[in-house]
Amino acid sequence: MIEIHNIHKSFNGKKVLDGVSGVFQTGKTNLLLGASGTGKSVLLKCIVGLIKPDIGSVTFDGTYFTNNKLDIKQEIRRKIGMLFQGSALFDSMTVEENVAFPLKMLYDMDKDERLDRVNFCLQRVGLEGTNKKMPAELSGGMKKRVGIARAIAPKCTYLFCDEPNSGLDPLTALKIDRLIKEITEEYNITTIVVTHDMNSVIEIGDNIMFLYEGKKLWEGTSDNILDSDVPELNEFIFANRLMRDAKKVEEEEERNRAD
Amino acid sequence: MQAFGKYLLFLKNLVVRGESPKILFNRTMDEAILIGINSIFIVALVSTFIGAVSTVQVSYNMESAFIPRSTIGFIVREMIILELAPTITSIVLAGKVGSSIAGGLGTMQITEQVDALEVMGINSISYLVLPKILAALLVFPMLVILAMFLGLIGGYLAGTATGELTAQEYITGIRIDFIPYNITFALIKSVIFAFLISSISSFRGYFTSGGALEVGSASTAAVTNSVIAVLIADFVCAQLLL
Repeated sequence: MIEIHNIHKSFNGKKVLDGVSGVFQTGKTNLLLGASGTGKSVLLKCIVGLIKPDIGSVTFDGTYFTNNKLDIKQEIRRKIGMLFQGSALFDSMTVEENVAFPLKMLYDMDKDERLDRVNFCLQRVGLEGTNKKMPAELSGGMKKRVGIARAIAPKCTYLFCDEPNSGLDPLTALKIDRLIKEITEEYNITTIVVTHDMNSVIEIGDNIMFLYEGKKLWEGTSDNILDSDVPELNEFIFANRLMRDAKKVEEEEERNRAD
Repeated sequence: MQAFGKYLLFLKNLVVRGESPKILFNRTMDEAILIGINSIFIVALVSTFIGAVSTVQVSYNMESAFIPRSTIGFIVREMIILELAPTITSIVLAGKVGSSIAGGLGTMQITEQVDALEVMGINSISYLVLPKILAALLVFPMLVILAMFLGLIGGYLAGTATGELTAQEYITGIRIDFIPYNITFALIKSVIFAFLISSISSFRGYFTSGGALEVGSASTAAVTNSVIAVLIADFVCAQLLL
């Protein structure tokens, strides 16, 4: 379980996060939902310690993280896996080396043991046999899968995903969403996903936190999100729907033109 | 001043939470190959031609019956060992290695690869930058020695091929009043330049934010800042060590 308390963050005097608090449950896919520029990614980076909040604290299973001693932070960080928006695979390494990297750096494992774990993780994300490929040879969806394999390789307890389906076609996005949910439930880990995609909300959202202009405006589940009485959230859902419909019409028109 | 303070903090981070000696050694060797092997051709080319041009130009300025021709070899040797080999090689490397370091780190930064290291609990500065600096400290003196040797060879080839002086005169010239300390001085300079170029370029690249345009700007800033630092350090070294 991850708890955040009263997180504030400003950049050059501009408030990006304004007193966000909440609890992210273990074994659940927790979503940070909101339009672009509402502070979702900044909040995620504050939680994992990439950005230091101006005020506020984060605790991982009761252990205080923000401003704690370096060795305690390091211990927690070893349990963190993160999937970045652009996958953040190391360009100069093969898929196998990418997935093996955290194992090599953080654990005392022999080569065979490491390779077994890498193969297991690649198999788990449906990428067996791609060991020797370079990141440049992979599609966007495959890169995300390798990113997930790298995140779960050290048997992480906390998984963070920053817009995991951005830039992917709807089908691949759905597959990635489902994979994240399956992994969360299978390994009973705490997962936080940053998204602005309503498909993800409906597909995988166990707990949802809606952010608007740096503030938490709503919290709930995918079952009751459509019943919310928060105008900003309803507007967001409506805009998302419009976008989806427009996209469908556009795709249909394109198909007709092609025919 | 703020940037200088940030640079000092950046240097401090090189030595905290470091990686294991084995990883550091392997990474340093990889970087040494990248910096060293890939720079041999350009260093060889530049130093040979600089030696050749120096000989021709010194010869042009020494057209006198009262000055022995071997003096040309002497002057060329002093120029190459004291200044041209360490400084010009370093300036060439600032362009080649400095921009490559800044571009590589800048790209890693904007594609979140640096963040990925930090999330894993790895000190990205120590992991990415320290091996580059150590590799530069190791490789630059070797490249400077190569530049000295090829500069002298270039001078010999140009001098004899153009008929400015005989092979015997040139060899006699480069052996007159040889001071071994000059080699030490040049190597001390090369180590200082290596540190400045690799650390400044890393600093510029590491703190890149934005997109591809900013990576280009970081590379340019890395080269210009490194060259300025090398020139200032060159003057300070000459004042203090000679």
